[in-house]
Formats: sequence, C-alpha cells, structure tokens
Amino acid sequence: MGDNGSVWLPDPGTALAGEVDSLFWFVFWTSTVMFAMVVLAKVYFMVKYKRKDDRDVPAPVEESKILEAAWIVVPTILVLIVFTWGFDVFVKLSSAPPDAYQINVRAQQWSWEFAYDEGATSYTELYVPVGRPVKLNMTSADVLHSFYIPSFRVKHDVIPNRYTSVWFQAEEAGEYNIHCTEYCGTQHSGMNAKVVAVSEEDFAAWIAEQSQDLPPAVLGQQVFAQCQACHSIDGTPGIGPSLAGIYGEEHEFTDGSTAVVDDDYLLESIINPMAKIRKGYQPVMPAGFSALSQKQLDGLVAYIKSLE
Amino acid sequence: MANPHTNQPAHVKHYFVSSEQQFDAAKMGMWLFLVTEILLFSGMFVAYTIYRSWHPETWAALSTALDWKLGGLNTIVLLASSFTVAMGINQIQRGNQKGLLINLVLTFVFAGMFLVVKYFEYSAKFEHGLFPGAAFDPHGVSHGFDYATYNVPYGPQFFSIYFVMTGIHGFHVLVGMGLFAWITVKALKGRFSAEYYTPVENAGLYWHLVDIIWIFLFPLLYLI
Amino acid sequence: MSHSAPGLNYLNHAKGFKSWALSLDHKRIGVMYMVAVSLAFLAGGILALLVRLELLGPGETIMGPDAYNQSFTLHAVLMIFAFIIPAIPAVMGNFVLPIQVGAKDVAFPRLNLASFYIYLIGAAIAMTALVNGRIDGGWTFYAPYSTSIGNGILWVTSGVFVMGFSSILTGLNFIVTVHKMRAPGLTWNRLPLFIWSIYATSIVQVLATPVIGITVLLLFLEKALSIGIFDPALGGDPVLFQHFFWFYSHPAVYIMILPAFGVISDLMGTFSRHQVSGYKFVALSSVAIAFLGFLVWGHHMFVSGQSAVSSIVFSLITYLIGIPTGVKVINWVQTMYKGSVQLKSPMLYAIMFLFTFSIGGFTGIMLGVLAIDVHLHDTYFVVAHFHYVMMGGNVIAALGGLHYWWPKFFGKMYNETLAKIAAILVFTGFNVTFFPQFILGAQGMPRRYYDYLPQYEGLHALSTYGSWILAAGLFLIAGYLIASFFTGKKAGLNPWGALTLEWTHTTTPPDHHNFHDTPVVTRGAYDYHLAGHLFQNGGEVTELDLGGDGAGAAPEVAPLSHEPAH
Ligand code: HEA
Ligand code: HEA
Ligand code: HEC
Ligand code: CUA
Ligand SMILES: [Cu+2]
Repeated sequence: MGDNGSVWLPDPGTALAGEVDSLFWFVFWTSTVMFAMVVLAKVYFMVKYKRKDDRDVPAPVEESKILEAAWIVVPTILVLIVFTWGFDVFVKLSSAPPDAYQINVRAQQWSWEFAYDEGATSYTELYVPVGRPVKLNMTSADVLHSFYIPSFRVKHDVIPNRYTSVWFQAEEAGEYNIHCTEYCGTQHSGMNAKVVAVSEEDFAAWIAEQSQDLPPAVLGQQVFAQCQACHSIDGTPGIGPSLAGIYGEEHEFTDGSTAVVDDDYLLESIINPMAKIRKGYQPVMPAGFSALSQKQLDGLVAYIKSLE
Repeated sequence: MANPHTNQPAHVKHYFVSSEQQFDAAKMGMWLFLVTEILLFSGMFVAYTIYRSWHPETWAALSTALDWKLGGLNTIVLLASSFTVAMGINQIQRGNQKGLLINLVLTFVFAGMFLVVKYFEYSAKFEHGLFPGAAFDPHGVSHGFDYATYNVPYGPQFFSIYFVMTGIHGFHVLVGMGLFAWITVKALKGRFSAEYYTPVENAGLYWHLVDIIWIFLFPLLYLI
Repeated sequence: MSHSAPGLNYLNHAKGFKSWALSLDHKRIGVMYMVAVSLAFLAGGILALLVRLELLGPGETIMGPDAYNQSFTLHAVLMIFAFIIPAIPAVMGNFVLPIQVGAKDVAFPRLNLASFYIYLIGAAIAMTALVNGRIDGGWTFYAPYSTSIGNGILWVTSGVFVMGFSSILTGLNFIVTVHKMRAPGLTWNRLPLFIWSIYATSIVQVLATPVIGITVLLLFLEKALSIGIFDPALGGDPVLFQHFFWFYSHPAVYIMILPAFGVISDLMGTFSRHQVSGYKFVALSSVAIAFLGFLVWGHHMFVSGQSAVSSIVFSLITYLIGIPTGVKVINWVQTMYKGSVQLKSPMLYAIMFLFTFSIGGFTGIMLGVLAIDVHLHDTYFVVAHFHYVMMGGNVIAALGGLHYWWPKFFGKMYNETLAKIAAILVFTGFNVTFFPQFILGAQGMPRRYYDYLPQYEGLHALSTYGSWILAAGLFLIAGYLIASFFTGKKAGLNPWGALTLEWTHTTTPPDHHNFHDTPVVTRGAYDYHLAGHLFQNGGEVTELDLGGDGAGAAPEVAPLSHEPAH
C-alpha cells in the first residue's frame, strides 16, 4: 500500500505520526508474540494430550505458584511500559507549540469551514504551510463532529459551544484526507475534505490571492462547497432540491403557498430556511448559514442565479 | 396451616427447603433491589453535583425559589411515615394484627399527604412559569417578589434537575402507596402473623429508602 | 407424594400453550428465552448482512444513506440489548444455574417469568422504532444528534429502559439463588466456574443497569421536554451524556463476556477431563474484572473533550483489566496440559474462542493506549475489535454452550459431522469478515460510513464475502439443530462425561423439579480424579451419580425428599 506506508498504516505525514507508529508497532509485535505463544501452546496440548482411551481419568496437575505469578508480573511490567510510552506521545499530541499558526475550523452538517487569520476562508481544502506547526481551533454549529487526518494520526471531537483543538506539522507537500468520524447524520460519510500542504511561499501566495476581492459568483461558488452535501447543481434532487436553473421558477411549499424564486427568496432560503419549506422535502436545512458574512451571502445568491 | 407435601408451613414455596431460607432469600432480594434504586438516584445526584459545581451562583440563587417550609413539612411527614411502618412491623412481630393495620393505614395517609403538598408546590411553580428546560419562563409578581429575576443563565437546568429528581421520587412515593394498599388488603384478610410477615418487612425497607432519598433531596435542593 | 412417572420430564409433563406461557419453571423460561433471543440474533444478523452488502463497493449498492444508517443502528440495538446481554445468562443461566447449584428453581420464579415478559415488551417497544420515525446514529445515541432526529429515539430509549429492568431482575434473582439456594456440600470452592461467572455478571447487571436507566430516561426527557441537560443549544453538556452512557456501557461489555468465560471454563474442564487449572484464580478474576470494569469507561472518550488527566487514569486502569483476563486465558490453555482432550464440537468452539477472543482482547489493549487510540478511535479497527470480542468471544462461546447443553435441553443429539463442518465455516467466515477490518481501520477508514474512498474497496469486498461464509455456517447450525428434534438420536444422561450436577444428578431432559432428592455435593465441579468410577465403561456416562464421592459411599439423601403433587 501507500508509498512508504505499510499494509497496516498509511504513510506518516508528520514526525509525530512516526512516533505514534513506533508505539503501534511495539504493541503490535509484543501482542503478536504473546498471542502466538497462547495459540502454539494450545495447539500443542490439543494434539499431545488428545484422548486416547475413553476410560482415561488424568490426575490433577500440581499448580505452580511461580508460573501463575509470572503470568501476572510479566504482563504488568509490559503494560506499564506501554502506558508510560503512550502517555508521553499523547501529551505531545495534545500540546501544540505556542508559536503554531492558528486556523479556525467550523463544522456543520456536512461540511467544514476553514477560516484563516488573514480573512481568507476555504471549504473543501485546508491549506497549510509545510514545516510549520499548525493548530486548529474547532467548534461546531450543530451536532458533534470529529476531525480526523489519518496520515497525521490526529483526531478530535468538534463540539457545539466549545472550542477543541488538534495540531500537526506537515513534513512534505501533498494532499491528505480529512474525515468526519463522529456520526452526524445522513451525509456523515460525505463530510470529507483535504489537507493541502504547500511550501511557505505558496502558502503566502495562496493567502494573498484569497484575501483579494473575488467576483461575487466566484466567491459564491467557493462557499457553495458547504451546500453540496444536499444540493446538486445538475438537476438531480438530493436531500434538498437541486438548485440548477431555479431562478425565476415558481415553487410550491408544504403549506400550499407559492413564491417566485428571486434574489429575496434565495436569501431568505439561506438565512431562514424554515420560513418556507419546499413541497416534497423535509425541513432539515441547517439554520447556521445565517452566520455567513454579507459578502458570502451575496456571493451565494449571485452564484445560484448563474446556474443553468 | 402446613403444606401436606413438604411438612412446611403453607407460605413456604416448594422449591425452598425451609421457611428461613425463603425469608433470607426474599430479604436479600429486597436489599439488592434497594441497591439498584440507590444507583438510579445516584445518576441524578451526579448530574446535580456537576451542574452545581459549574454554576454555583445560579444554584444558590434558585434554591430560594423553592419553599423550604413546604419541603420541611414534607420531611416531617415522611419521617413520621417511616416511623409508622417500623411500628407496624414491630406490632406484627408480636402478633398484633390490629396494630399492624392501624400503622399501615397511617403510613398510607402520610404518603398521600406528602403528595398533596408536592402538588401545591408544583402548581405554585407552574403558575409562575418555573418549568423544566425549554419551557422555563419565570414571570409574574407575588408577595412583592418579581419572578422574572429568576431568569438567569442555567436556570432551566436547575428546574430540570429539580423536577426530574422530585418527580422520580414522587413516583416512588406513589408506588409505595400502591404497595401499602395491597399489603393492607392482605393484612385485612389476616395473612400475616408473627411467623410470616416478609412482605411487610420488605415494603418497610423500600419505604425507608424512599424516606432517606428525600432526606438528601431536601437540603440539596431547598436549603443550599 | 409423587416422583414423576418414568419418561416424564419438564418438556412433556404438561402440554399446551398456557403451560409454557405461564410456566414458572426456570427451564421452560430458559427455552422461551432461547427462542426469543435467537430471533433477535437472526434479525440483527440479517441487518448485518445488508450492511455488509451495501459496503461491497463504494457508493450506493443496495440502499441509500438513510436506510444504511438506520440498518446499522438497529443491527447494533438488537444485537446488544435484545441479543447478547440476555443470550448466555437468560438462556443457559436460567436453564443450568439452578440445577448446577442443586436447587429446584431460582429464588423468585414469578419474578423470573416477569423478567421474560418485560424483556419481550422492551424488545417490542424498541422495534416499533422501525415504524415510529427514524432512528439512526448508532447504538450510542450521542446527544445532541439523537435528540435532533425523529421520535424513533423516544421508542428506542423506552425499549432499552424496559429491557434494562429485565436484566436487573434476572441478575438479582441469580445472585440470591447462588447465595441462598446451594445444595448441601456445595461450597463456594466447589461451584462450577459457570456459576462464578454468572454470579459476577449478575453483580454488574445489578450495579450498572440502573445507570443506563437514568441515562436513557434523561435522554427521553431531553427529547420530549427539552430539559437542557445534554443539548448544548439549551446550555447542556453533550460530553456529560457520554460519561453517563459509558458508565453503563463499558461494564455492559463485561455483562456480555463474563458469562462466556464461564461457559469456556466448563467446556475446558469437561473436554479435557481435567481440573480447571488455577480454579481460584479463574473464579476470582471474574470478580476482579467485574470490579475493574466500572473504572474504565472513559477509554471510549479519549478524543471527546474529557480532561487529559481523566484520559490518563482511564488508560492505566484499562490495561489492568488485561491481567485478570490473561490469567483466565492462560489457565484455560493450561487445563489441557496433561489432560485428556476430546475434540467434540463444543470443544472446537472453546478452542476457537481462545483464538478469536485473544485477538479481540489484545486489540482492546492497543485501543487503550492513549496515543494509538487517537488514530484508531471511531475507525473500523474499533469495529473489528468489538466484533472479535462480542461475536468471536460471546457468540462463539454461546454456540459452544448451546452444543454442549443441547442434549440436556431437549434430549436429542445433533449431527456431529455437520456440527464440525459448521464450526469450521463459522471460524473461517468470521475471520475473513472481521480481520480485514483491522487493516481498514488502521489505514484510516472511519466507521458508520455509508460510502468510502475507492482505496478501501478491496478489503471491504473481502469482508463482505466473509460475511456470507459466516452466515452459511450459522444457518447450517440452525438447520441441524432444528433437524435434531425429528431425526436426532436420543441423548444419554451424560454424553460428555461432565461432573456438574445437571449431568450427574438429573435425567435427560431434566425432571420437572430437577431432582427427586436434593443432591448432596461431595466434590468440586472438576474433580475428575475423584470420579474415576464413572468412566469405567468409557466416555459416556449412563448412570446417575448418586454414589457420592466414588469411594463407594452409600447414597446420601438430603432431609427433604418430598415435593408437592400436581
Ligand atoms: C453482539 C453484537 C454483535 C454481533 C453478533 C454482530 C454481528 C455482525 N456484525 Fe455488527 N455491530 C455491533 C454488534 C454486533 N454485530 C455493534 C454494537 C455495532 C456498532 C454499531 C454502531 O456504530 O453504532 C456493529 C456494527 C457493524 C458494522 C459497522 C457498520 C458501520 O460502522 O458502518 C458492520 C460492518 O461490517 C457489522 C457487521 C456484522 C456482521 C457481518 C455480523 C455477523 O457476525 C452476523 C452474523 C449473523 C447472522 C448471519 C444471523 C444468523 C442467525 C441465525 C441463522 C439464527 C439461528 C440462531 C442460532 C444459530 C442460534 N456490524
Ligand atoms: C464483549 C465485549 C467487549 C470486551 C470483552 C472488551 C474488552 C476490552 N476492550 Fe473493548 N469494546 C467493546 C466491547 C468489548 N471490549 C465495544 C462494543 C466497543 C465499542 C463501542 C462503540 O464505540 O460502539 C469497545 C471499544 C473499546 C475501546 C474504545 C475504542 C474507541 O472507541 O476508540 C477500548 C479502548 O481502550 C477498548 C478496550 C478494551 C480492553 C482493554 C478490553 C479487555 O478487557 C481485553 C482483555 C483481554 C486480553 C488482553 C487478551 C488476553 C490476555 C492475555 C493473553 C494476557 C496477556 C496480555 C496482556 C496483559 C496485555 N474497547
Ligand atoms: C442539511 C442539508 C442542506 C444543506 C447543507 C443546505 N441545504 Fe438548502 N435546502 C435543504 C433542504 C432539505 C431544502 C428544501 C426544504 C426547504 O425549503 O427548506 C433546501 C432548500 C434550499 C433552497 C430553496 C430551494 C428551492 O428549490 O426552493 C435554497 C436556495 C437553498 N436550500 C440554498 C442552500 C445553500 C446556499 C446552502 C449552503 C450555504 C444550503 N442550501 C445548504 C437542505 C440543505
Ligand atoms: Cu460530521 Cu460526521
Ligand atoms: Cu469499554
């Protein structure tokens, strides 16, 4: 599998991931050895002491206190080693260096929003500089989520009304998967993103580019990454209706009323989704998008208008 | 009275070897049951402790919304009922069926009184919008006190915990009343004697537990 | 006074639906549980097969995401609450425990029957979630997701609450029975290890289950009245819910595995015809595990936002559980040493158990290592771990027990050749299904995923093929067991040559009242060296052992030799 990764573990993307792996392998191999001993002894006894005569009644074996004690003492020592080691690596995983570059992460059913200090925002891609520690401050707008990068061996739950964090320092430029690992509803398995690790210069360039004023529809297209779990742009209905070419249509709602899709309706649908529920759909669109900035909202409306 | 097949008294079930074995078994079963009850409540006490330690000011402020006089009255009522149960058992141990009956009826009445007082307490809260959780909406003025001042952060949690704890406790009182009604009927039929009074003893144990839990609830919720 | 007429036993002494449905006989109740629990296993298993089929390839295979999410949730709810928790205690415990302690019934037969109906009602309520609104999100019901979905959650939590009562009452009944109803001479040191383990299980049931009761009650109120204890939108704390949930659910995993340990101990002793090595260690380690099991719940929450200090403490205690468990594993292996090992189908399961459960246990230890769990939490590694301990531990042991006691239950032998073939199918299928999941998880495949990245396809497909082999084995078992009613040979008194009372002191199937005379016990459950006389004619014992300790003592008769007529 992977380039340098093994059958078991994906290629480690950070130095700390390498330390986690060493610990993993230590536990893996000690367990395998102990397991093999149990299985070999078992198979050997099974064959060696197979019943030969149905009248056999073997005598009890004198129990060896030393053996019994050994089975308690040796594992105890082993687990203490593993504990100290695991503790040590865990502490490293939990304490970000004070000079880490900070990014705010907001999770919402079923997308991630990454907000950078310089005012840039991204959705499906988390840009990070290589060789610099990065700390993510994460919170959720609705239910529990969990932020996981397998290659970096980091994971933490993302909780509403609270900040939690993970940190890492990417070693090599490249792309790494991000998954949501706390069940959060229908599209839990679709709540993925990518870490894009780039050199310091490329990172600075990317930030600069993002912070420029984009045309509204382009900005809207970026923000729309958060909507894709539910809305397609090619006409196929999903959890929510497809938004392709809806501008100017007349839509019917669950209460029987109708409205023509115009700018005002689009904006209302996004910031107050419960106001009008499209017939044939469930009222499940999250309300949290009202927190988007005015610029982003304008962008979304412009983008949806532009869809055919 | 004896069971013709086992040479044991009639109340001894055939799968028991003796009356003592049956009594011991019933009593141990009851104690185990009480342990599960304590654990059930301890879950609530943990929730109480955690929220109290997070929001001590809210807790201190809102416990004044509870009427310690009514709570105190109820404490006395329950203590009295525990006493009458104990008396009842004492009477039947001496073979006094009438004494048992009187005490059972008294216990039943005390339990009823407890619930009546609780009813008044609850309705006084509801009147001013002191509901658990999302429905929490304190309002109105009475005796010159403006209930809106109870509208503090985590107030809903306080009342959620108050209502859940006292609600579950009240439910136990109700179950206790059912138990005592049933035992009273049996006692009327003369089922109990100095030799056999296991159900009375077990109902008594249950009742003491209900009482003890209240002894903890009262100061925690009303006083501090 | 009447000794039952010859040929009459608990199965045929009374006929008709009512004689079963209202029976207070622990054996009949055990059989009724067996039917109910098997149905739950079947339903949960079919859902599992659908889950696996959906995961055959990425994207939609047979169902959409909502259907998938509800399938694995219901799979888990059924398997955990309706199947595995009652499986061994309520079926085999009910049937065997009173006989093994030499009693005529459990201490509270009425309560026992009530537990059964409470269980049925609870299971029925939980199942109504199928029609009463969606229930997804897994068996852990984490708030606030669980309170944001439809009303199905109200039904499932009520169902779990009710089934919890059943579990508490069964545990309570067994504790009292073991304490108060042991036959004369049956000291704690002579108890079969099955009893020890059911006893330890019962303690956990009685102490832990009330907490899940209050937890689901609070969750119910959170959903119904928005009481704001767990929902962050109302000022509650979702992590508190997790503490409450795991405070029960970790001890619950020992409710699942301890009875399995008991079955394995009995099987090892019987089929090695040998004293179970380290009897006292094995017996007391059950109690140690039961106790330690209460102190490790936080190992499910290493990345949940609980404080680092708690994580560290929980991690340490988690490893400690490996030690008493290891003591058991080693002693089971040692039991075969210098024994006389007979590889009948029940023993095959016992040997299989040592293999699969150890893998499950060692991977549990890996998950307990803080830094490793950060990577593996909520991935398929965890899924594989718990199937190795639950399916590979509890279910395999239950199958061993089922094959072991089947002749005693129904007086019929099943086809041993088919049994061996099925055992091999189950073993192969099980490992092919779940071993690849360890690798998937370590590679980073999250659990509860309806869809996945193409790189995981090969191992997922392998796992799905494995589930078909596994299912073939299990259906084969169901087939020949049912067939044994019609074509099976009549089972003898003691076909395995075991020394516990259900084999040595009562008929096959047992008499309605278990024993004519309360047995007097004169040796330990595995003291084969004191029972040589039973085996003079070969492996199968065909006479009741009323002769005491084999030293030729005259039959001892307990003072009570009477029973009421019917
Ligand atoms: C006792 C517990 C138990 C058992 C036995 C099983 C058995 C199986 N489980 Fe399950 N499973 C769980 C408990 C269990 N599971 C839990 C708790 C979860 C977590 C859910 C969550 O995330 O919340 C889970 C999740 C889970 C997943 C992960 C889903 C996801 O995360 O997306 C998968 C996927 O492969 C799976 C598969 C299987 C399979 C193939 C079996 C097979 O072993 C099933 C085989 C059984 C049969 C085919 C039925 C045959 C029965 C008969 C013929 C009846 C006759 C009776 C007798 C022989 C006595 N299970
Ligand atoms: C029958 C059920 C059962 C059993 C017996 C166990 C047994 C153990 N479990 Fe498991 N576990 C579950 C069912 C069970 N588990 C379930 C259902 C989940 C997931 C729930 C969910 O999220 O849906 C889970 C999850 C789970 C986690 C959380 C993972 C995560 O979500 O991130 C952890 C972490 O510590 C863990 C650890 C252990 C340990 C250390 C044991 C130990 O008891 C194992 C001890 C056994 C051995 C170690 C093997 C034999 C020993 C020797 C041969 C001696 C020598 C060895 C040593 C001393 C190391 N389990
Ligand atoms: C959790 C799923 C979900 C997400 C995420 C989501 N929506 Fe929706 N959306 C829905 C559903 C379901 C409906 C239909 C019911 C309704 O009208 O509220 C809907 C309706 C709409 C409508 C009205 C469509 C019509 O045909 O009348 C618009 C516009 C819309 N969403 C825009 C957005 C935008 C923009 C985003 C992202 C910023 C977004 N949605 C994110 C589920 C979602
Ligand atoms: Cu977000 Cu799963
Ligand atoms: Cu656990």
